[in-house]
Amino acid sequence: MENETIRLIEVKESIFDDNERVADTLRARLKGEKTFLVNLMASPGGGKTSTVIQTVARLEESIRVGVLEADIDSMVDAERVAAEGILAIQMRTGGFCHLDASMVSEGVDVLGSVPLDLIFLENVGNLVCPAEFDTGAALNAMILSIPEGDDKPLKYPLMFSVCDVILLNKIDTEALFDFDRHRFEAGVRRVNATAPIFEISCRTGEGIDAWVAWLTAKIETHNA
Amino acid sequence: MHELPVMNGILRVVIRHAAKHRVSRVTAIALRVGKLCDLDAGWMQHYFDYLTPGTVAQGARLDIEWADVVMHCAGCAREFTTEPKSQGFGICPHCGRSGGEILAGTGYFVKSMAAQ
Repeated sequence: MENETIRLIEVKESIFDDNERVADTLRARLKGEKTFLVNLMASPGGGKTSTVIQTVARLEESIRVGVLEADIDSMVDAERVAAEGILAIQMRTGGFCHLDASMVSEGVDVLGSVPLDLIFLENVGNLVCPAEFDTGAALNAMILSIPEGDDKPLKYPLMFSVCDVILLNKIDTEALFDFDRHRFEAGVRRVNATAPIFEISCRTGEGIDAWVAWLTAKIETHNA
Repeated sequence: MHELPVMNGILRVVIRHAAKHRVSRVTAIALRVGKLCDLDAGWMQHYFDYLTPGTVAQGARLDIEWADVVMHCAGCAREFTTEPKSQGFGICPHCGRSGGEILAGTGYFVKSMAAQ
């Protein structure tokens, strides 16, 4: 019989609990398989695809790489990466603004993680939503490009707090924009005391070697 | 932008608990949302109302409590509460140093629900 009295039900549950369980499972599995998953986040046009291409071109050839491209509804990024001879698959999120750990797990299965040493996950271009969903990656990297402005850490603090490393891209355009690097770094440090910041230009190649050397050390530690 | 997946996540939790407690109608849902989440209360209700017709949560009111951002100072190791989007955000009031680890103020937590 239906009880018409209002009753209070204790729930005490985070909506991310399920996602975090799937993410932890994926992280543990990839650790066992010696595959380093990097979640790459940025605004649209920040340089995620270019960074993947420039990074892979400079990695040692012995490191086997796969790329998971996420996009709301297009194939453009995967086609661009595949044209460079890089193993890539496109995941369409069907209108979703981020990837969750289940989608990433499926993508990793399709890509075939076992023979790979490194997987780049190019998240949906967005500084809000991807910050909230753990993808199961071993490393969260974010790219901010000079034209976006030095105030972004204060506008999107959650994104800057969850990343383990920051790439400041398009430094070759610095003369055209009023971007204050000190102001940018001060903003980052308010929410993230430790993430290293690498200044790069995917167009000129400047600074990419230092980032690749840092990343290579991370891959070696994880996959040891 | 991601109201829909977030509200969907909340609805999933609500439906599961409603089934567990064998209730036929949920009238209100108490949420705790971190102040670092970029969602607006009005839009959350709007998207929730879009998702709920035909479910136990149809017409349910969202009662949102905004959770403060609490950080652990990287300088003096004390905890402090800080207001996002304010001038002093992320600056420790005890030692004046900028930054540290975020301990609270993120995520979406379903505290309880009123049901029939």
